Amino acid sequence: MTTRLFGERVPRREDPRLLTGQGRYLDDLGREALAAAFVRAPHAHARIRDIDVAGALDVAGLVAVYTWEDLPERAGRALPLLIPHPALTHGRTAYPLARDVVRHVGEPVVMVVATDRYAAEDACALIQVDYEPLKPVAGLEEAVQGVRLVHEDVPGNVGAHLVQEVMTADGRGAREAIETSPHTLAFRLDIERSASMPLEGRGVYARWDGRDLRVYSSTQTSTSVRMAVAAALGLPLPQVEVIAPDVGGGFGVKIVHPWPEEVLVPWAAMTLGREVKWSEDRREHFVSSAHERGQVQYVRVGFDDDGRVLGLDVTILHDHGAYTPYGIIVPIVTSTQLPGPYKPGSYRVEFTSVYTNTVQVTPYRGAGRPQAVFCMERTMDKIARYLGKDRTEVRAANFIRPEEFPYDQGMTFQDGRPLIYDSGNYPEMLRMIKELIGWDSFERRPGRGIGIGCYVEGTGVGPYEGGHVQITSDGRVHVSTGLTSQGQGHETAFAQIAATELGVPIERVSVVTGDTRRFGYAVGTFASRAAVVSGNAIALACRKVRRKALRIAADALEANPDDLDIADGIVHVAGAPSAAIPLSTVAVLANPLRYAFDDETARATQFAGAASPDRPPVAEGEEPGLEGRDYYSPIRSTFAAGMHAAVVETDPDTAEIKVVRYAVVHDCGRLINPMIVEGQIHGGVAQGIGGALYERIVYDQHGQLVNASFMDFLMPYATEIPHIETGHLETPSPLNPLGIKGAGEAGVIPVSAVIASAIEDAEGIEIDRMPLSPSDLFDLRTTHRP
Amino acid sequence: MEHEITLIVNGTARRARVPARRLLSDCLRHDLGLTGTHVGCEHGVCGCCTVLLDGRPVRSCLTFAVTVDGAELTTVEGLAGRDGRLSAVQRAFAECHGLQCGFCTPGFLCTVTALLAENPAPTDDEVIDGISGNLCRCTGYQNIVKAVHRAAELLAEEA
Repeated sequence: MTTRLFGERVPRREDPRLLTGQGRYLDDLGREALAAAFVRAPHAHARIRDIDVAGALDVAGLVAVYTWEDLPERAGRALPLLIPHPALTHGRTAYPLARDVVRHVGEPVVMVVATDRYAAEDACALIQVDYEPLKPVAGLEEAVQGVRLVHEDVPGNVGAHLVQEVMTADGRGAREAIETSPHTLAFRLDIERSASMPLEGRGVYARWDGRDLRVYSSTQTSTSVRMAVAAALGLPLPQVEVIAPDVGGGFGVKIVHPWPEEVLVPWAAMTLGREVKWSEDRREHFVSSAHERGQVQYVRVGFDDDGRVLGLDVTILHDHGAYTPYGIIVPIVTSTQLPGPYKPGSYRVEFTSVYTNTVQVTPYRGAGRPQAVFCMERTMDKIARYLGKDRTEVRAANFIRPEEFPYDQGMTFQDGRPLIYDSGNYPEMLRMIKELIGWDSFERRPGRGIGIGCYVEGTGVGPYEGGHVQITSDGRVHVSTGLTSQGQGHETAFAQIAATELGVPIERVSVVTGDTRRFGYAVGTFASRAAVVSGNAIALACRKVRRKALRIAADALEANPDDLDIADGIVHVAGAPSAAIPLSTVAVLANPLRYAFDDETARATQFAGAASPDRPPVAEGEEPGLEGRDYYSPIRSTFAAGMHAAVVETDPDTAEIKVVRYAVVHDCGRLINPMIVEGQIHGGVAQGIGGALYERIVYDQHGQLVNASFMDFLMPYATEIPHIETGHLETPSPLNPLGIKGAGEAGVIPVSAVIASAIEDAEGIEIDRMPLSPSDLFDLRTTHRP
Repeated sequence: MEHEITLIVNGTARRARVPARRLLSDCLRHDLGLTGTHVGCEHGVCGCCTVLLDGRPVRSCLTFAVTVDGAELTTVEGLAGRDGRLSAVQRAFAECHGLQCGFCTPGFLCTVTALLAENPAPTDDEVIDGISGNLCRCTGYQNIVKAVHRAAELLAEEA
């Protein structure tokens, strides 16, 4: 009998290779390849007067040195602006190698290729770049003054400005609703920069055989890298293949593409006719890969005696760094996800997205949502504090009710589609989280507080993903999908879906992701979308294959396809187990052969008598092979939700903040593999705790990143992360065949809000910024308790 | 100038010609082709590159290969038995979902192997202390802690 695998804690199929050192990460490939290294800008803003490479030419092992001027016209163009938006009136992207001006420390200026990385770095050190330093724009406040400019042709440093407003039922704007509210509050919130910081940096390895280009990249989107590289190098698309091998974490930073190195390394491989590889080192990652989070928010809210929000007006200053390759997705997500599980009577949100002379800002796990949730949840806590009410009571008063789904928030979401929540049950979730953390029985005392945070997350954005499923004559099932994996356990979760849909043992199913040779159409792995979009596409492809298998088997068994079932890889007549045919044989019959290659396939050859002489061997409308391809293209996003609660203790002397308990109730619809979902949540919460208490990217007034190492950018170790208690609520999505919602980013989203809520409760001091270090808390105490 | 060194890696004597500045991590990965040892920061903080040097965990990114000439090293490739059976620590990590992307995992496996050799029944605090030199960006550590306890159990059962 086939065990039902969907929903089970199936052990991960990735693990045996990853536990034995047999994983294939980018730098594990291409042992014989030449190594690339880069001379990167030491200034935040400077004009390049001259580049003198003479000193490097005597380095043993040097192969080539390239500057922007060496690049052909196409490859030297500014990198694409991936997501244009009408509000992004002044989008700017970098050149693969700096052209005339550098706009952040770390921008690549010269590429060196040598026999190994040591030699390449030796050569880099001997290249002299003559810079004319310009005054940098460091920090949001300076950017909005607009006195100094990051780009000469971008007045006021403003890249984008967008206002969205949802009126009250009787047609009034948020500002008017606030004016007429019984109570109003106004405050400012600050969230600092952080970064994805996967433990494997980026990397690219390229091989050119004179006609075809193969690129390996540590990316979250191999199909899009393929199209971008083909375009930049002027190659026909079929001559380019891109493979994401095992990827050591992404968390958003690897969805951006093409990175300069993804154009330059393949170009160098073609130019030199040699394999070339570049593996990012940690310092490079800090100063040249993307950051996120940094925002300032100005909030005004009007509410009634029950704490119901009548009007909410949020103005956001968003720092997008020196370039905008990923458009304005982050502030759009902040703006649209800010209302969370609530229905503010009216809502106005305005953001200004500005340039600074810092590393570009693109999505990091959560992608603008942690900032949004920080804003909304701080607002809820402030309302409760003002009214003297329990914080959960104020939240409950504002919830969308279960019977109100689908609920239209009245805005346009990041996928350009209406922001309509498909399903959820927020009151039940609140009941569960209060019970899990013991909210009502919590014993508060100075230095010990409890906090809560709620969020809704639009997951599974389109436009689409696809799945291909092939059953071969050995009975094995080969599944492929175009999006990539960075630790999410797709090889397991997708195999669970295929095994369940097809009725085969999971051991016979193998899954390939992120390899354009296997599947060319895809979007990528981000926005908690892989399980939703590829998972459903694979299920649909499996259903196609299943229907075909039943048609062929029905013919062979002289039965009605409707009477057939598949279990343990064998098609059988329901109720008559002896009338059966294995899928391996069905696969043989599906592919009429002239040439056999084993005893099994001999049954499909022309003299074996399997086919009727009255019809063509492949019937009209059929294709040879037991395989199928299908796509899932969601009408719009599906909305997962969660509520977190935490207990913190603060040290009365040192102001050290310790998270002593952490609880999560999470709703991602139907769970494919609860073990993997919980793992995603744990990891997200740990990143959230890092963002709430430890991690900040610090630039000085000269635009120098002063903590570009793991010694100074403090990611949490096991010593900083509490045990996480988890509860699941399952409200299936009505939008997709499997009823699932995304889970990848969930854990990180509300953590800063939850920790702020708990610290505020413990200290009695309003917490309006994150992250909060012991020094910050100590200073707050000094200010508030003189 | 290059130096001829011999490393006993996972029980096998391996020779390499390396310049004095070659990091042990690079020597293992690029000279000997043992790419299971990963490099996450190259400044000794993340612990991805942890290998066992005469049974003790060390950061191979902070060690020059020439300085360990003649030493016995165990890398992640050498943790499973000769018959290919995964070690108790490896099995426990799989059972407890103690890895996601897998990049930090070799370092954790080496660290935990040494930890349990020294302390076969660690308390929760001792486990957390024992792995507090290794960063993981995916798992949030909870399942790694669980895996260490599970590995201790498996080792006790097999002793």
